[in-house]
Amino acid sequence: MSFFRVENLGIRFGGVVAVDGVSFEVKKGEVFTIIGPNGAGKTTIFNLVCLIYPPDTGRVVFEGREITGLAPHRVAELGIARTFQNIELFEHATVLQNLLIGRHRHRRTRFWQDLLFTPAVREAELAQREAVERVIDFLELAKYRDSLVAGLPYGVRKVVELGRALATEPRLLLLDEPSSGLNPEETDDMAFWIEDIKKQLGITVLMVEHDMNLVSRVSDRVLALNEGRPIAEGTPAEVQSHPAVVEAYLGAA
Amino acid sequence: MRFIFKTSYAQDLRLFQHGGQVFWYGLLLAALFSAPAWAGEYLMTQLVFVAIYSLVGFGLMMLTGFTGQVSLGHAAFLAVGAYTEAILAARGVPIFVSIPAAAALAAAVGVVVGLPALRLKGIYLAIATLAFNVIVEEIAARWESVTNGNAGMPVAPVTLFGHELEPDRGFYYLCLLLAVAACLACINLLRSPTGRAFVAIRDSEVSASCMGVNLAMYKTISFAFSAALTGVAGALYAHKVGFISPEQFSLLVSIELITIVILGGVGFLHGAVLGAAFVIVLPQAIAVAKDFLPPTMAPSGLQAVVFGIVLILVIIFEPMGLYGRWLKIRTWFELFPFYRRGMFRRQRTYTKTERLR
Repeated sequence: MSFFRVENLGIRFGGVVAVDGVSFEVKKGEVFTIIGPNGAGKTTIFNLVCLIYPPDTGRVVFEGREITGLAPHRVAELGIARTFQNIELFEHATVLQNLLIGRHRHRRTRFWQDLLFTPAVREAELAQREAVERVIDFLELAKYRDSLVAGLPYGVRKVVELGRALATEPRLLLLDEPSSGLNPEETDDMAFWIEDIKKQLGITVLMVEHDMNLVSRVSDRVLALNEGRPIAEGTPAEVQSHPAVVEAYLGAA
Repeated sequence: MRFIFKTSYAQDLRLFQHGGQVFWYGLLLAALFSAPAWAGEYLMTQLVFVAIYSLVGFGLMMLTGFTGQVSLGHAAFLAVGAYTEAILAARGVPIFVSIPAAAALAAAVGVVVGLPALRLKGIYLAIATLAFNVIVEEIAARWESVTNGNAGMPVAPVTLFGHELEPDRGFYYLCLLLAVAACLACINLLRSPTGRAFVAIRDSEVSASCMGVNLAMYKTISFAFSAALTGVAGALYAHKVGFISPEQFSLLVSIELITIVILGGVGFLHGAVLGAAFVIVLPQAIAVAKDFLPPTMAPSGLQAVVFGIVLILVIIFEPMGLYGRWLKIRTWFELFPFYRRGMFRRQRTYTKTERLR
């Protein structure tokens, strides 16, 4: 049984075929990266996997279970977390509150208990807080714990978003351009964290990324897309030297 | 300035963060509970109305301020609560049955209104709830066998175990207790997973659903909870005014109710109380001012005009409302002389090209 598999995925927006016949498989414990020039359909694949858009064709299978057609929150409950390319944090909440929302899929209490703030809620909240603090330690976010997200610099927000996804304790983590908008040092940190997420936390990562330096450093396997179609798959080095990839990025010689 | 030294996670879950809060809120509660002893009849009536409007304020604040769902139809929930209470009270049903019934019926209606709300956003939701308000007002006017139509219906005074509650004493305590209980319920929700899910929906629906928040369920809960509090307020309102008719629940009332939230400060529970007090005091102030104005300057529509102007001014100059203004004043004193003008200005939010719908 494969860990995560996408079969013949396709979607069109009006006359534009954004993704067409994309299939790939992610093995448990690896970092799998999707690369491609602008408009190749990378983020659309993410939105299809999270089921924000229903796909026109194909299916998505996670741990032997077809997840196509589920509501987005059901996908999250199964253990798939994601970050967004342009950051979708809860702006008017603190970093701590943002990470706590990540714990939502682990909530055990009901509305009535919350209303009365019963001892069970208190106990659950303390447990959630401890889990969140582990993420804060892991990503070194302690000094921003009580700051409002609206006032934080871009690089920190990016890390907070990664933290929020980690707080869900996912089995599969989807990272949409983790290095976009980051300076070289921050990108370097991001590379370390992705390696740590894979090795220490044992979380499988599916990532979309432009920065080839980061890609070759952390990825086990790479899939190159162009105009919604897969053109090459293999190790970072293989894909980078593949003639179709070179052509897609630089044009035909 | 006060620095709180945090030594345990439980500290962040406490109702009060430090002794100062315990003192000031304790003082406020003591003043409110002893009010019948020192306040006159006029002030007591105002306090009862502030308590009732605060209940609506809490409900609307949870829905609009924390879940981000605008409602221009809350007068309809007020009407559902008021009519339920009036009809049950006329049949001699005791209040500890009739008030929960008013809340439950309003919540049920809230769920029905909430269901289309799952597909509507922002201004479209406002229009849908506005239409709902008009429908309920019309039903109240036409369903004469139950509501007595435009002739209105009298509401019996509140009785508890066969004793009639005095309006300035027993009934005041009833309103105060319910308002305090509602406030505690809101605080509890906000420090637990349900409240966090509300705030997540307000700030970004896409990422809330990607974190596992069931949008449909939490929006419905928010609508139902908000409607239930408003229904309780409606029941109390019916007893307080003693007579209800459809025009008491018109669209203008809904706008007055949303004014509570906006004036008080969207996203602050304190704002619900401050806004309620303001909305109660303003008409009185206008009435007093009318005596000093020449007759040509005091037309009958003055109140609506003043409400409109105040609402516009607040939205332009103090989007954080009365509570936001208070926070700024407090920060100014705490930081003196280091307060800067731009301190509460939020940094530009980064452009969100990916935002869906």
